[in-house]
Amino acid sequence: MSDAKTEILQRLRTALDQPRPNPITALEDVPRDYQGPDAKAETTTGIDKVLAALTKTLTEYGAGVQMVEEADVTDTIAELLDEGAVAVHAPDLPEAWLPSAQAQLVADHGSLDARSLDDVDAVITGCHTAIAMTGTLALKDDGIGGRRIISLIPDHHIVVVRPEDTVVGVPACVQRMREDDPSAAWTWISGPSATSDIELERVDGVHGPRRLDVVLIAPPAQGDQDAS
Amino acid sequence: MTTVNLGMPRVRPPYASASSALMGADGFRDAAKGELQDDQLRANLAHAAGGIRTKRAKAVRELRDFQQLRSAGSALKWHVTDHLPELLEQFEEAFTAAGGTVHWARDADEANRIVTSLVRDAGSEKVLKVKSMATQEIRLNEALADAGITAVETDLAELIVQLAGDTPSHIVVPAIHRNRRQIQQLFRDHLPGAPADLGDDPQELTAAARRFLREQFLQMDTAICGANFAVAETGTLSIVESEGNGRMCLTLPSTLIAVMGIEKLIPTFQDLEVFLQLLPRSSTGERMNPYTTMFTGTQAADGPENLHIVLLDNGRSAVLSDPHGRSALHCIRCSACLNACPVYERAGGHAYGSTYPGPIGAILSPQMTGMEGEDNPNATLPYASSLCGACYDVCPVKINIPEILVHLRSRDVDERAEAGAKRNQWDAAMAGASKLMSSPGTYDAVVRASALIGRAKPRGNFSNLPLPMIGDWTQFRDLPVPRESFRSWYTKREKARRSADASNKEQK
Repeated sequence: MSDAKTEILQRLRTALDQPRPNPITALEDVPRDYQGPDAKAETTTGIDKVLAALTKTLTEYGAGVQMVEEADVTDTIAELLDEGAVAVHAPDLPEAWLPSAQAQLVADHGSLDARSLDDVDAVITGCHTAIAMTGTLALKDDGIGGRRIISLIPDHHIVVVRPEDTVVGVPACVQRMREDDPSAAWTWISGPSATSDIELERVDGVHGPRRLDVVLIAPPAQGDQDAS
Repeated sequence: MTTVNLGMPRVRPPYASASSALMGADGFRDAAKGELQDDQLRANLAHAAGGIRTKRAKAVRELRDFQQLRSAGSALKWHVTDHLPELLEQFEEAFTAAGGTVHWARDADEANRIVTSLVRDAGSEKVLKVKSMATQEIRLNEALADAGITAVETDLAELIVQLAGDTPSHIVVPAIHRNRRQIQQLFRDHLPGAPADLGDDPQELTAAARRFLREQFLQMDTAICGANFAVAETGTLSIVESEGNGRMCLTLPSTLIAVMGIEKLIPTFQDLEVFLQLLPRSSTGERMNPYTTMFTGTQAADGPENLHIVLLDNGRSAVLSDPHGRSALHCIRCSACLNACPVYERAGGHAYGSTYPGPIGAILSPQMTGMEGEDNPNATLPYASSLCGACYDVCPVKINIPEILVHLRSRDVDERAEAGAKRNQWDAAMAGASKLMSSPGTYDAVVRASALIGRAKPRGNFSNLPLPMIGDWTQFRDLPVPRESFRSWYTKREKARRSADASNKEQK
């Protein structure tokens, strides 16, 4: 059976012996004049504008979005959770974010299986990078984004986004992922799960969380920055 | 008659397995005839294709650099086909290093054997499936059923198609040919656990499917998926979806088997920044699809412990062997060309007889199966187009579909001539036209003489002529009666102008 590989590669080499009309493309020949991570739009757009764009794109895809001061994250999350809700959270979220007094919280340390997650009402995670132009939240499977399974099974997902983790376009997000660890498990989430399979009518909420709430932490005001 | 040198290699790599779902029983024309009678289908398609076209146009307009992204996407895909053997080996190394196992399958039969034995090794009798074109192409579900293994499709549309015992008719929205009442009936009859009084609201129908599938996700331990992109540099697989069924299958089961065509590679992780912008906007007209997963090998306590990938040839090397047609392998399965195509919009996906319908199917399927042999249904596909070029305009990786269609038509004609096939009516008509048009005198005489027909029928148009070839045309539209040839009209006009000029001059 191992000759399947040899044979396929041989077939491909035979096929490529037929030269094509244009010269072959080397990787350096690929034109990359699209808006990359260094584009002006990416480097010069102010944080307020980026967050406004992110709010708009997230909202348009059916996510609930609120911008609050970091000190108010706890209360905001508590309000988003239903009365008596059980919520699981990524293990390394800052303690200050978690409404431990108001809700029943469980940190995921890798032992929760699908069945037990099915009984959980909500999940709270952070976010590695948020893309403003597309309303996308990139989650890494670390202590902030959590294992992929925890942000999938519960029906309500609350994501906390820090202003320094927002970018304008897709290439800047991919660059941050490459610089961190491309071989991690990454999940990009853009709105709640959806289908348009029946007469192209959009139905929100199929298998992933039916409700997505994003808590944006407001950037420090200009005056504070100068003081620090 | 001179034969054109097509630049084909002497030893062509073998075509796809005959068992592949790449060829219908009838050619396009005959199949389309039946499909065109289905008013429901035409109404669904017109609504759907029109809707997606508008959404796509809006999503594309929003990006100032969309054309630059297309150019980058096209160049990257050319790089992949130019260096396919090296990139495949690079991918195998990276994927293996990350903890996965690579299998190579020459054709559909070999791929089905590999997957079946992997499922058996995992000890599963039921497997979850994520929507995948490659597994549709190799008829994996049927092969698994023969081995006593049940495959459960988890994409809503694929589930609808599977419950109906039907085949998909669109790449991205496979059940586009069914309306809500048809789906309501189907679920009432065939979906386990669906209430007898299930309504026809898409929300309600989706909820019924969700309840059924959630239990399947929690129970099953093996899943089969495809892949949208595989990164040669890192061994990363990327799966793009909307519903979350993909994420379920990629994270819950302990064994995951991916089946992927060898052309799906992209060179580096960075290149995802190009394709993950091009695909959602071209496909569903969204800025981004709800879920995209990128994962590399196996991870502790997150996702499958056993990860396999089957790299599938099944006629792809045959496509690669035609330098003028090989860019059909650049396709990222967005289906923008289907939604843009006036022929697809009327005939529907089933008329193409293959897993790959629409304009891309018309250039991909015949190259994967070959067009040789008398009455080969796929030899009709390159003709299933008006060559309007709308498909090329929307293609995110700039596949020049009209040019390849024309190339395949000439390949078909030459192959038939080489095989000594009997000349058909078209060959005779073309030979006649060629003789006529190479002699200006004869051409002029014949064209002028056609005005005589006009004298014989002074009023109205011709309709439904009982003649070969012309008859097909006049069955649906009227043919104007020739009144006067262009040349005689032009001569007359010039003569009139000259005499007018002459009289003007005289007056001065």
